[in-house]
Parts: sequence; structure tokens; C-alpha cells
Amino acid sequence: MFMLLTHSQPCFFSFYTNNINMASGQQWVLVEMVQAFYEAPAYHLILEGILILWIIRLLFSKTYKLHETYRLTEKEKEDLIEEWQPEPLVPPVSKDHPSLSYDVVTGPPSHNIIINGKECINFASFNFLGLLDNERVKQKALASLKKYGVGTCGPRGFYGTFDVHLELESRLANFMKTEEAIIYSYGFATIASAIPAYSKRGDIIFVDEAACFSIQKGLQASRSFIKYFKHNDMEDLERLLKEQELEDHKNPRKARVTRKFIVVEGLYINTADICPLPELLKLKYKYKVRIFLEESMSFGVLGEHGRGVTEHFGVNIDDIDLISANMENAVASIGGFCCGRSFVIDHQRLSGQGYCFSASLPPMLAAAAIEALNIMEEDPDIFTVLREKCKHVYTALQGTPGLKLVGVQFAPALHLQLERSSGSRDSDMQLLRTIVEYVSPTRGVALTLARYLEKEERFLPSPSIRVVVTIEQTDQDIQKAVSCIQEAASAVLK
Amino acid sequence: FNISFPHWPCPCAKGIAMSLILVSRFHVSQVHAASHGGLYSRPFIESFEETPMLVAVFTYMSYGILTIFGYLRDFLRHWKIERCNIAREKEEQKDFVPLYQDFENFYNRNIYMRIRDSWNRPLCSVPGAKMDLLEQATHDYNWTFHYTGRVMHDVINLGSYNYLGFADNTGPCADSAAEATMKYGVGVASTRQEIGNLDRHEEMEKLVAKFLGVESAMTFGMGFATNSMNIPALSGKGCLILSDELNHASLVLGARLSGSTIRVFKHNNMQSLEKLLREAIVHGQPRTHRPWKKILIVVEGIYSMEGSVVRLPEVIALKKRYRAYLYLDEAHSIGALGPRGRGVVDYFGLDPCDVDVMMGTFTKSFGAAGGYIAGKRELIEYLRSHSHSAVYATSMSPPVMEQIITSMKCIMGEDGTTMGCERVRQLAKNTVYFRKRLREMGFIIYGNEGSPVVPMMLYMPAKIGAFAREMLKRNIGVVGVGFPATPIIESRARFCISAAHTKDVLDTALSVINEVGDLLQLKYSRRKRQPSLARPFDDNVYEDIDD
Repeated sequence: MFMLLTHSQPCFFSFYTNNINMASGQQWVLVEMVQAFYEAPAYHLILEGILILWIIRLLFSKTYKLHETYRLTEKEKEDLIEEWQPEPLVPPVSKDHPSLSYDVVTGPPSHNIIINGKECINFASFNFLGLLDNERVKQKALASLKKYGVGTCGPRGFYGTFDVHLELESRLANFMKTEEAIIYSYGFATIASAIPAYSKRGDIIFVDEAACFSIQKGLQASRSFIKYFKHNDMEDLERLLKEQELEDHKNPRKARVTRKFIVVEGLYINTADICPLPELLKLKYKYKVRIFLEESMSFGVLGEHGRGVTEHFGVNIDDIDLISANMENAVASIGGFCCGRSFVIDHQRLSGQGYCFSASLPPMLAAAAIEALNIMEEDPDIFTVLREKCKHVYTALQGTPGLKLVGVQFAPALHLQLERSSGSRDSDMQLLRTIVEYVSPTRGVALTLARYLEKEERFLPSPSIRVVVTIEQTDQDIQKAVSCIQEAASAVLK
Repeated sequence: FNISFPHWPCPCAKGIAMSLILVSRFHVSQVHAASHGGLYSRPFIESFEETPMLVAVFTYMSYGILTIFGYLRDFLRHWKIERCNIAREKEEQKDFVPLYQDFENFYNRNIYMRIRDSWNRPLCSVPGAKMDLLEQATHDYNWTFHYTGRVMHDVINLGSYNYLGFADNTGPCADSAAEATMKYGVGVASTRQEIGNLDRHEEMEKLVAKFLGVESAMTFGMGFATNSMNIPALSGKGCLILSDELNHASLVLGARLSGSTIRVFKHNNMQSLEKLLREAIVHGQPRTHRPWKKILIVVEGIYSMEGSVVRLPEVIALKKRYRAYLYLDEAHSIGALGPRGRGVVDYFGLDPCDVDVMMGTFTKSFGAAGGYIAGKRELIEYLRSHSHSAVYATSMSPPVMEQIITSMKCIMGEDGTTMGCERVRQLAKNTVYFRKRLREMGFIIYGNEGSPVVPMMLYMPAKIGAFAREMLKRNIGVVGVGFPATPIIESRARFCISAAHTKDVLDTALSVINEVGDLLQLKYSRRKRQPSLARPFDDNVYEDIDD
């Protein structure tokens, strides 16, 4: 140990002992070193001494810390706190904001609706099958109210499950011919809870650009990677799937745990057209991606028995991993449901947030939904009637001056858009609003603009007027509405 | 909440070893008195008795044993020695990436499944003070249930959030709901902004604002969605949300959807909140150090798992001092607290205008469904034009709305009776009585003296099932809560007191709890009983607390 030290030491001092033969370095001993020390000139020693002291000082001085020099005193902190001015909780809304004053409906919001005191024919509520003021549905709801009261006072787990819920779930499963169904107490929360129940951080979801807002919220809550494909463009979807396949080949370990989903709507609420389900299924098995299908607009509308897009295309429903729909449109109650195989659906009973953590659906609303299902099962002709009406409205509205009709001819909720944009979204909206106000409610036809949160939508749909077809509308009603719209359009869009 | 087990990769494999490490995080026994410079107008008595060490060790051991048996049975299932009841993936999709991870389900399969019969019991009556339950049976150890067709009549209901007893199928509320059903139907089939805004919606909103003593209010069809769909409208990127660690899932979801930065403070701990507030303002946003746009403090009135009441006077003082905004979720406290049933603000005698966003639900005290947000006119006007719910979600069902209007008028005394007022008083009285008696029996009871949510500690997972079954055998329905809604060793039973409970009902329930408590050895409390609490049940008890 000591020898080692003495070996290194001379090197340190060696620059003033050049006269000593380096070849004999190995034979150096302490005595020689001390000798060299004595031989060295005084200024060298002083210099060495200063250097050593400098090193010691460096070794023992405190480390230079960046944050210490920036540490704030209490006084400075207080000043910062004093200085900070937050933005107001909400930005001010101008008094004439178009979505601030709602139209007021007095009385039932059914076929004949009173808007701002004027009676109109309803071309705006999603009451496709006219079940909203159906006497049988009302009576069943009433009977349930007399038995259970209104609220459930608890989530499903904690005495919030009623026999009516179980009945509705099994009825929905039977109706859709799936193994199991699960009900939610709010339509919006259904798909928004279902998506994050399966898709987690790191998973990948392929979504149509026209997907509705509740799907968008579900995607956001899932924190997965979202890949949007062009609306109904299967080539674009396949391109993304291929890209992903290449990616998976590069990292097969990651690919083994990355779930992949395609989320589409049956009938798109934003565009009123239908998803190409058979092609989607081919892609599903080719690329091993699961399909979630949102059917709020097509459940109780499409297909011979109203089972939705799967029936419309004659697709085996078991090929769809999950179908979700609300019971607020065709069924005219409140709430939503998901259905599919038990393997899939049962998972939501523990991980569907809107299911676990929310009070369950009031039994009377579930009872109303059961009765609506009864009516739909007893008389499947209503779906044919609805399709006829849709076709009628669709053809009648063709050739409206300055407006184009968007959607497929069997869609019950169509959009009327401007043929030529006036330049800005605001002025387009203003034009369409003038048309709506021309017709509704003064001329006795209830219409509404399709409303969106412009800053929140991922792909903002074009401004449009919603035209909703229900089976209660007679030929005269349709005639009246169409002529009103045409008159308004030619008056406003001269 | 007991039945959501999202991520628990290696369930308590570390069991007993962990117990030694985690001992330091047990609740410290604390009884807070009001000592904050006169902020409190009433004594603030809240207690969380320490978990006895021996109980903690046994609880970890029981998880350890359950885990070992879980692995053993998974092994047996894997080799098909034990029949496997788990739903299977479709044959054609066997080579897809698994829809959910197996480890997510270890807990469900091996622990939750053993006591699954304690939850999801179907009712076939009003969820009132007594209820009828469908009798269920299982032949495969809780994997599937079938209903025998028999009904268990008049089970005492200690589980529903029916605080003021408005869950009823007769009386003025049910009558008005029935009338609305016949007049309007049950649905609306449109959104508030499009064509689903009924005149009754606006009337109800005016009433809610009046009830709460604020300028304006807006209502929504689902309580959960009221939080998750409106917080994103109030807060966004560059904003900070300070959230209590025990906040409900809907608040957490709303905060996440908003895209704001979220920081969590310790449950009801004002030092922790103040520290976060100071740091946030002094340091600004992470990396850029720009000042935060705004800071939103999110708290609940009554925390439904702990039975604790938010320290609102202190929160308001902090919020004013640091210019933060306050979002108060009164899901459990509205109607259930305060001499006039106006919630936690009323309980502490504060000014509702000091709370920026008053949120609450109609599911509990009002026996209906849905939620509200109330506050300044500007806030509500902004929500009317920017709330997700107003634009995209179907409006509230008319009969549900009538139930809310009628029950709220009743609490306000606008129906010309004192019935509402009496219910509020009855609930407070029942709460004090029930909590006092349980404590006297030697159970560990969590939470605030005034909270009608009464958690009683069971600790061991097997005791959740045992307690619920033994109680139901004696015709009393209770709710058990375990991991992950609670910390792993703090499983508990949760009683919800209602104004509809009569003294007889409560006494029956208490004597049964006493009996089952002895049977299952649940009387963990080592606290000396205070003589002052051993007074008989009389009106003084109520008046002392409520003045």
C-alpha cells in the first residue's frame, strides 16, 4: 500500500526532478524523495503549497447548488401569492349567445308538440316509433311507479338492483339474440363507460372520424392510442391496420398485450349514413381487431325486427364483440344498454364506471322500456312503416333549393346542409337558423339545428338542420313540413 | 366501492411482509374538536380509531391464505381437476389479444367470488325503511345465481341512500310523478338545447336555485355524468385541480377528461391542501413555470366510504386566501345534513355564495335520479351553452322531475306542512342515536358524528361476507365494502340511516348487530367509553349537537 503511494507521489513532483534518471524510477525510496524535496527551489514549494491548499478547499467547500440560489424567501412567496390573479371560473357568455336561450316545450314532447306556446308537428325529437306517448307504455310505467316508487336510492351493487332491471336485461338479450345485456341509467354514459372498461392505456382504438360525442368521451377516458380513419373509408382503415401490423411485427412482445378495437356507429348520428358492416367484419378477422358498434340511431329502426345494423346486413350478431345503444330514441325511455357475449359483457359489471358507480335506472323507466320491447316484438310491421316514411321524406326533400339532404334513405334522422357554404361557419349557422325560425314554431313544424360543442368536437360536423322521421307523421304532415322547408329555403337562400 | 377491481397485478402475495411496512399508515386515532379560530359554528367531532395491531396482522394473514388457495385453485382449474365456470372467449377469437388480463381477475375469481352473494341482491319493492328481497340460491359457489321465486319480506334496509325517506310509492311525490307519467310519458327523446327543454325543467331549476340559496341552477339526467360531463366545461389545460384522495370516481373521471393537471391532497387534511395551494401558486405550471390559469378545489360534502364531513369552513378560508375556486359535491350531504336540510353549507351555517360550484344529486335524499349544478348566474349561463350534457344527452325524464320538485318543496315547507322539516330532524336524531349506540357496544365506527353514513369496521375480507349473511339471516339488509374501495385491510360494513327508520326499527337493527357482532367478534374498539355519551335516547341528544 505504502509502496504504491510512493510510486505515484514522485510522478506528481517529478517535473522539477528532471535531472534524476527516470530509468531508475523503480529503485526510488522515500529517502530519495525527501532529498528531492530539499533540492527543490523555494518558489516551487510555495506554488505546490498553494495548489495543495486549493485542492483541500475544493474538496471541503460546499457543492454549488442551483436551486439554493433560487430558493424563495417567505416574503417573496407571499408576494407571489398576493400577485397571482386567476382567470374567472367561466368566461362571460354574451347575452345573445345562440345556445343560451332554449326553446321551451309545454306539455308532452310527442308528435304534436307545443314550442314557445305554438303547436307544431314534431320533426325534431328522436321518437322514431312514437312510443313516447303510447298509452300502454305509460300504463306499465305507472304500475311500476305504484310498486317501486321513483328512485332506486343506490347503485346496482348496493340494493339498487330491482327485479325489473333483471327482466329488462334478459329481455334485451333475447330481443337482440345475444347471450347477455347490461343496462345503464343514462344513454350518454353507456358507450362512454363501455369503451374504457376494456381499452386501457397502451391499447389502440381505430375510430371513424364521424363518431358521435359520447364515443369521443369514451375514447378520451380510456387513455388509449386513438387512430381516426376517414368516415366510412375502409381503405383508409385497412391502411391504418396494415401500418399497425408492420409495427406489431417489429415489436411482437408488445403486440401480444396490445388490444385493438374498431369503434363505429351503426347509423351515424352526425352524418345519417350507415357503416359498411360486412367489410368491417372481414377486416376484423383479417387483422384480429375487436368491433364495438354504437347503435343508438339504428336500434329499433333497422332490420326486419328492429335489431339494428346486424339484422339489416344479415350479419351474425356474435361476430360483433359489443353492441351498445341507448333507450332514449326508438324506445323512448331513459338509459342505455350494451349486449354481446357473456365473456365480454359480464366484465362491465365490475369495470363499467357508469354502471358500478351510478345509481341504477329508476324501475319505472325500465318497465317502460320492457313494454316498448313488447310492442316492438308484437308488431314488427312498425319498422317497415318507419322505413316507408323515411323513404317518403327522403325523396320529398330532394331538390330543396339551396339545401342538400345528407344521409341514407332509410335513416330516420337526416341532415339538411347548405349546398354552398357562405364562407364562414357562423354565417352558415345563421342562415340555417333563419330557415329553422321561419318554419319552427311559427308555421307549425318543429325543426331544430343539430347542436355541437364547436370547440370540443374532434371533427366538427358541418352545420345542418335535423329532420327526424317518426311513424306518427302522416303524409299530410310530411307534405306540410316539406313545403314549409322549401318555402323557407327559397325565402332565405334567394 | 366494493366491486371494481381494476389493477391488482400481484394480489397480496407480499401479504404478511407488507403488514410490517404498512403499519405506519394506519389511521391514527383522532378526535378533532373545533379549534380553528372560530371558523366552526359547531363542534366538529370526527373519529377514526386506530386499527388494532393484532387485527391488522390477522387481516394480512387472511389475505395471504386466500391468495395461496387462489393459486391452488387456479392450478386445479388449469389442469381441469376443478370445473371452471369462467366465461370463455369465442373459439374463432382465441388468437386475439385477450380482452382483459387474467391477473385483473385473480381477485374477482378467488376472493370476491366467495362473498359475491352479499351484493347485487334484487329488490322487488320500494327501497324504503323495509324492503322485499328476491331469495337467491347458488349451486356453483356464487358463479351463477338463480331465484327461487320466494320473497324475503320486510327486510330492514340499512343499505339504500334513502336519507329523508322520500323513496315511496304512495304520498304526494308518487302522486305527482304518476300525473307526469300520464301527461308527458317517461321519455323526452331530445336534448335540452335541441327540443327537449320542457317548461317543468326550467321550473325545477328555479326551485333548486331557491332551495340552495344561490342565483341559478341547472339539472342533468344522471348524477355520475353531472360530475364527469361538467368539470371538463369548467377546467381545462393550464388549470390545476386539487382533489381529495377519497373523491368519488365520477369526480376523478371528470377531472381526467378535463385535461387539467390533477394533484391529490390527503383526505380532509387542510395542511396538505394549503401546502399544495402554496406550492402551485409559487411554482406555477410544471416546466414552463407559467402561472396557473385557475385552481379548482374539488371536495365532497360527506365521503360515502369514511362517513366524514368535509372541513368546509377551513376549505372556504383557504380558497379565499389563495383565490382558488371551490367545487363541492353534495351527493350524500344535500338533504341529509344541516338543520334545514340544505347540505353541508347549512350544517356549518355558511353562505352558499362562498362555494363557487354547488353540485349534488337527486338520487339519494330526494328519492329520484339525476344531478344539479348551482351557483352564480354567469356559471350557469356558461354551462347552459357549454355543458356536454345540455348539448348531447337526453333531458331528464318528466316523472323523475316531478318527484324532485315535490320532495324539494316538501323539505322547504312549501307544501304547507312541516313534514319535510320533521324528516330532516328525524334523520339527525336517528344518526346521533345509531352512532352512539354502536360505539357503546364497542364497535369501531368511522366518521363524523353528524353523518348518516355510518361505516363499521370489519377489517377481514371473510367477515364482509359473514356479516352480510348473518344479518340477512336475521332479516336485515346491510352493505359490505372492501378493497379496492377501501384500503386493503380496512373492509367495513356501511349503514345508511334514514328518516324513515323508526326507533323500533333502529333498536331491532342494533340488537341484531350486537348479536352478530359478538358472534363474529367484531367489537374491536379499545377506547374507553365516555360517560357523556352514555346518556339515554332523548331529545337533548339531538339539540346538543344541532344548535
